[in-house]
Amino acid sequence: MFWNEKMETLHGHALEELQLKRLKETISRTQNVGFYKKMFKDAGITPSDIRSLDDLHKIPFTKKADLRNGYPFGFLAVPMNQVNRIHTTSGTTGKPTVVAYTKNDLNTWSDLIARNLTMVGLKAGDIFQNASNYSLFTGGLGIHMGAEKIGCAVVPSGVGNTKRQIEMIQDFGVTGLHCTPSYAMHLTEVAEEMHANLESLKVGCFGAEAWSENMRRDLQNRLGLKAYDSYGMSELFGPGVAFECPEQNGLHIWHDCYIVEIIDPKTGENLGAGEKGELVVTPIMKEAMPFLRYRTGDITMLMEDECPCGRGQKIARLLGRSDDMLTIRGINVFPSQIEHALKNIPEVGDQFMVYVDRVNYQDELTIEVEMNKNVFSGELKDLSNLQTKIVKALQDTLSLRASVELVEPGSLPRFEGKAKRVIDRRVI
Amino acid sequence: MTEKYIIKQLSIFSENKAGKLAAIAKIFLDTGVSIQAFNIAEANNFGVVRAIVDKPEIAFNEFAKQNYALQYTDVLAIKMKDVPGGLYEVANLLGGLGINIEYAYAFRTGAYGALIVKVTNPRAAAQKIIDAGLELLPAKDYNF
Ligand SMILES: [Zn+2]
Repeated sequence: MFWNEKMETLHGHALEELQLKRLKETISRTQNVGFYKKMFKDAGITPSDIRSLDDLHKIPFTKKADLRNGYPFGFLAVPMNQVNRIHTTSGTTGKPTVVAYTKNDLNTWSDLIARNLTMVGLKAGDIFQNASNYSLFTGGLGIHMGAEKIGCAVVPSGVGNTKRQIEMIQDFGVTGLHCTPSYAMHLTEVAEEMHANLESLKVGCFGAEAWSENMRRDLQNRLGLKAYDSYGMSELFGPGVAFECPEQNGLHIWHDCYIVEIIDPKTGENLGAGEKGELVVTPIMKEAMPFLRYRTGDITMLMEDECPCGRGQKIARLLGRSDDMLTIRGINVFPSQIEHALKNIPEVGDQFMVYVDRVNYQDELTIEVEMNKNVFSGELKDLSNLQTKIVKALQDTLSLRASVELVEPGSLPRFEGKAKRVIDRRVI
Repeated sequence: MTEKYIIKQLSIFSENKAGKLAAIAKIFLDTGVSIQAFNIAEANNFGVVRAIVDKPEIAFNEFAKQNYALQYTDVLAIKMKDVPGGLYEVANLLGGLGINIEYAYAFRTGAYGALIVKVTNPRAAAQKIIDAGLELLPAKDYNF
C-alpha cells in the first residue's frame, strides 16, 4: 500500500530531473543563510554553477558543528513570521542545535511519515499508540502528525508509566505502536509480568537507537507484531527519513526529498552501492533550514538490489557512527558534552571515563570521575554532595540520569593522542 | 591557649575497592609513621580514611607525592575515663555545652581511652571543654 505511489516509486530520469529542480530551489534558499553565502564564496562557486546532480560534489559538506555555531537561528532561511515550529536536538557541547520548520516543512514531514506508516500497513481504523517523548524530541510530535494524517486513532501516550501504557494497549485494542526499541523491550517485560494479553498489536515502529536482528526476533515473538526499523534525525526534519517496508530488508529513503551520498568519512570521497561509509544527505524539500550535503555521522551503505515493493533504492540498517556520538535510551550523547559539564565543577579533575552497558535491555550510563586533589576538603559529606552535584549537572546537560563514581586522582587511564574515554559495553 | 590541643588528622580520599586500604597502610609502613587512631567513613563507592599519626607531615607529603587527594582536618581528642559510662559522660557534657559533633570515633590505649571529635569550631570548643572540666590530649602527645 502506498500513500503517494507516484513519488514513492519515482525512478531513473524522472527522479533525477525532480531532484535537480528541487536541489536548485534549495540552493537558492540557502543563499539567505550567511553560512552558505560564505561557503559558496570561499569555494569559488555560485548557485548557477550547479547545473547537474553531479555538480553537487562541488559544494563542501555541512557538519553538525557548523549548525552548533549557528545557534540559535543562524541557519534560518526564512523570516520568523514563516516559522511554525522549533525543535532542538542535543549538540556536542552544552548548547543544543535548533531546527525550525515552516508550515510547508511540517506538511512535507508529516507526509513522509504518512508514507512510512502506510508502507507498513497502517491506515484509518488502526489505533496507534505513540510512546515517545512529546517535548523537544522530534519522535513525539513528528510521528504523531503522520499517524493522524493517515487517519489513525492516535494515542499520544508519551514515555513512562509502563503499566498504564499496557492497559491502554489492552483496553483500546491498540494495533500500532511507536517507541524506541529499548522501551519496547521494557514494555514487553512488564507486559509479561502482568500476564497482559497484547494480541491486538500488529505493527511496531522502532527507531532513534540501533537495534539488532536478534532484538527484532525477540520483539516480534514476544509482542506478536511485525517490527520495523525507523531512521531519521532532527536536522532532516526528524523521524521518517528512511523506513523499512514489509520486506524488512533495508530502509527506503525518500529520494524525492533527500539526495543521498555515501562517503568515506576520512577522505570525503563518494562510495558506490554496497560500500560502507558515512551517510551524507542533502534535503531538497526543506524551507526553514535548508542544508547542503549534511554529514549525518551514521554509517550505512546503499543497497544494490531493487526492492520487490517497487520503491526506490534502500540503505542498510544503521551500522554505527563515524564520530564518537552515543545513543543512550534514544538520546544522543557526545563525550564532549560530559566533558563540558564536568569542566564547570571545580572539585573534579579533567579525567573521566564513560561506560555504557545494557542491563535488562535498558541502557545504563556510568561515569567515573577523578577527584581534584587540590580542592578535596577531607569531609565525606562534601564528597556525597559533590556526587549529587555531578549527577545533577549531567542530568541538566544530557537529559539522562547517569551513575557517577568518584575515583582517586591518577587512577584513570591517560591517553596519548586521541582519548578513548568511552567504553560501550552494550551487546545489542 | 587551645592551639596545642588541635590535632592534625589526615583525611585521605579512597575508593572502596579491594587493595585500596592495604595501599594506604603500606605508605604509613614505608614512611615509618605510626598510626595512633584510625577510622574509615564510607559512602557509595568511595570513602575517607581518617588517621591520627605520630608524624603527620611526613605522611602527608608522601601521600601527596603519590597523588592522593588528602587534607588535614583539625580534631580534638577528649580523654575518657576507662570505666563504664566514660563515653556517656563526655557525650552528655558536649551536648550540654552546645557543641555539635560532625563525627567522632573512639580508641583506647593503655590505661585510658579517648574520643576523637570533629567539631565546627575546634578552638572555641576546646576552651569550653576544658572549662567544663574535661581533659583534652595535646597534639604533641600523639603517642598518648
Ligand atoms: Zn521495499
